[in-house]
Amino acid sequence: MAHESRIDYRANANAILRDTPGVREAVTRATTHFDANREQAYGEIDEVALRDWAAGLRRHVLANLDRYLSQAEENLTAHGVEVHWADDADEALAVLETLVRRHEVRRVVKGKSMLSEEIGTNAALARQGVEVFETDLGEYIIQLAGEHPSHIIAPAIHRSVEDIAEQFEAQLGTARDADPDALAAAARERLREAFLSADMGITGANFVVADTGTVALVENEGNIRISTSIPRVHVAFVGIEKVVPRLADLGSLLPLISRAATGQRLGNYVSLISGPRRADEPDGPEAVHVVFVDNGRSALLGDLEQGEALACIRCGACLNTCPVFRQTGGHPYQWAYSGPIGAVLAPALLGLERAWMLPQASTLCGACEDVCPVRIPLPRMLVTWRQRAADAGLGFTGETMAIKAYRWVATHPGLFHRTMRMLGGPLGHALGGAPVLTEWTRFRVLPPADNAERDKK
Amino acid sequence: MRRQSLSAALRVALFPSCMAEGFYPRAVEDARWLLRAAGAEVTTPTAATCCGQPAYSTGHHADARAMMRQCLDAFDGADYVVLPSGSCASMLRCFAPGLMAGSDAAPAADALATRSYELAQFLDDVVGWHPPSDSLAGRRLVVHHGCHALRELRAAGAAENLLRAAGAELLSWPAQHECCGFGGAFAVKMPEVSAAMADRKLDTLPAAELLVSADPGCLLQLAGRAAATGRSLPVRHLASVLREAADGA
Ligand code: SF4
Repeated sequence: MAHESRIDYRANANAILRDTPGVREAVTRATTHFDANREQAYGEIDEVALRDWAAGLRRHVLANLDRYLSQAEENLTAHGVEVHWADDADEALAVLETLVRRHEVRRVVKGKSMLSEEIGTNAALARQGVEVFETDLGEYIIQLAGEHPSHIIAPAIHRSVEDIAEQFEAQLGTARDADPDALAAAARERLREAFLSADMGITGANFVVADTGTVALVENEGNIRISTSIPRVHVAFVGIEKVVPRLADLGSLLPLISRAATGQRLGNYVSLISGPRRADEPDGPEAVHVVFVDNGRSALLGDLEQGEALACIRCGACLNTCPVFRQTGGHPYQWAYSGPIGAVLAPALLGLERAWMLPQASTLCGACEDVCPVRIPLPRMLVTWRQRAADAGLGFTGETMAIKAYRWVATHPGLFHRTMRMLGGPLGHALGGAPVLTEWTRFRVLPPADNAERDKK
Repeated sequence: MRRQSLSAALRVALFPSCMAEGFYPRAVEDARWLLRAAGAEVTTPTAATCCGQPAYSTGHHADARAMMRQCLDAFDGADYVVLPSGSCASMLRCFAPGLMAGSDAAPAADALATRSYELAQFLDDVVGWHPPSDSLAGRRLVVHHGCHALRELRAAGAAENLLRAAGAELLSWPAQHECCGFGGAFAVKMPEVSAAMADRKLDTLPAAELLVSADPGCLLQLAGRAAATGRSLPVRHLASVLREAADGA
C-alpha cells in the first residue's frame, strides 16, 4: 500500500465528540441494544460449550489453513466456480478489473462486504466507469452520503433516524418526518431497478466451506440473495482466513454469528452458493468467481502473539460492548474494521507505524474478550501491540519519560510514599500543574483525599 | 475457595496501591482495621510501592518487571497479600505471571499470584468475615465494580455479598458493568474519550446516597468527573463503608 499518514485516533475521536455529539448518542443507543440482545441470546443456549467449540474450530482452521484452502479451491472449481488468488489489495482489484472487462460489466450491485471496503472496491470500480450500488440499507445510506461504514455489521449505526430522514428528503424526496419503513421503501424503490439491470453482483463471504466448495452468506434484508442470483456474474471477495472444514460446521457457526451480532437466533436469509447456474436450472448467475485475498493475513498468521486475530468471525460483538467505541463510533479508526478487533488487526495489516495509536484506544476493561464468540484474547493482544510500539519508539510524547520517572520514584520507597501522600493533599492540588495531572484535570476536578473530607465533618 | 481457620493468625501484607495511598488513605486504614477484625496480623511492607501496572499496560514491560520484582521481594514473608484495589490485585493475580514468565522471578510471581487477593474477596471468600447484619439497614447504595475486579478477578459477587450481609439496599444501574473510563494512563492519554465514558456512567446513575467501589482509580475518575460537571456525588471506598458498618465509625 502506498505511504499513508498515521491514524490519529485521538484527534479524530475528539473531533467527533466536539462536532457531532449526536454520534455518541446514536452509537450508544444502538450498541447497547445489540449488546443486550446478545446477552439474552447467549442465555438461551449452552453458551460456554458453543463458544469453546467455535474457538477450537477456528484455531484448528488457522493451524491447517493451506490444506483447507486447497480443498476449498478444488471443490469450488469442480462446481464451475473460478477461483482467483490475490496477495494484496492491488492484485484483488486487478482481478476485478479483468472480470469487469471480460464480462462487459457496466453496473454492479453489492452486498455488504468489509473485505471489499478494506481493499477499496467502490473507488476502483468508479475509476473504470462502472456504476456501483450498495444494497444493504445501512450501507446504501452511507454510500449516498459519501461516507464510510462505521461498524462491521451496522454501517450506519452512527446516524439517527431523524438524520437519515433529512438526508433522504434531500436526496430521494421522501417526507421530512418519514419513518424507518418509509425510508426503507424509498431505498427499495431505487435499488429495485439497479438489481434488475446490474451485470455483476459483488459480495463478501461469511465462510467458505472446504469439503463441499460452498460460499456461505448470512443477512437480514435479502439483498445478498438477490445480488448473488439475478446478475449474470457473481464475485465473492473472501479473506483467506474465512474457510471452515465441513458444511456441517455452518449449522452451529451461522447461528453463533447471528446471536453474537444482533441477538437473533439466525439471520433472515442464509445463502449457500455452490457454483453458477447448471444447464437444467432456470436461474442463477452464469459465472461465479471467488477471489481469495491475503492482504497481510498470511504474515499475521505467523505472528505467535497476534495471529489468533484471524479467528474472528466478524460478528461485531466486541464493538457493541466496547465502551470506547460507544463514545465515538467507528470513524475515528479510519479503517474498515473498528473497535477492539480493528485495533488489533490494524497494526498487523496497515503497519505499526501508521496504526500504533489504535491499540491505545482502550482501557483494557476486558468487555470485548468477555463477549467474543471465538474467545480472542483482545486485551492481551492490545497490550502486546503497545509493548511493540514502545519498543519501536512509537507512542505519545512524554510517555516513556513519565514511566521512567515513575519507575525511579517507585524504586525509592521512602520518596514514593511521601509523594503519594502528598498527591491527595493541598500540595497535590496546587500541583494540578504537574504534566500528568494537567491532562487529567482539564476534564475532572481532583477530589480531596478521603481523610481530609471526613476530618472536616 | 477454602476458608482459613482463624485459630492461627494469618500474616497478611496490606498493599495499599498508589491511588489509595494518595487519595483514599482513610480507606487504607479502614482496610487494615477490617483485616484485623477478621483475625489477621497485618503488616504494610514499606518496600511495596507500585505493582507496575501503569508500565505494564502502556507496554513498558522492562520497567514493569523492575517494579514487580520489588513487590515480590517485599511480600516474600506474607501468607497473603490483600489489596483495597481490584485493579492492582488483578495485576498481581492475573498479569504478573505472564509478565515475569521466563525470568528467574517466574516462580515467585506464580506463588504471589495465588496468595494475592482483592479485599472483598479476601473477607468474603477466604476468611468468611461479614459485617454485622442490619448494620447498613436502610442504606441505599450503588456499587461500581472496577473492570478488573469484575472480569479478571470475578470479585463483584464478594463486594455485593458483604454489603448485602449488612442489610444495605443495592440499587440497579443500567451501565453498572461498563468501564468508567479510567484505565490508568488512558485517562491521561485520551482524556476527552475517558471523560465521555465517565459521563455515560454518571448519566445513568440511580439516585443513591452513596456510590461505593473497591477501586480507588474508578472512585477518583467518577468523583472527579462528577465535580467537574457540577454533579453532587458522594463516593466512598468499600473498605470505609464496611468499617462504618462494623465499627459505627
Ligand atoms: S473479535 Fe470476536 S467479538 Fe469481535 S468481531 Fe471478531 S469474532 Fe466478533
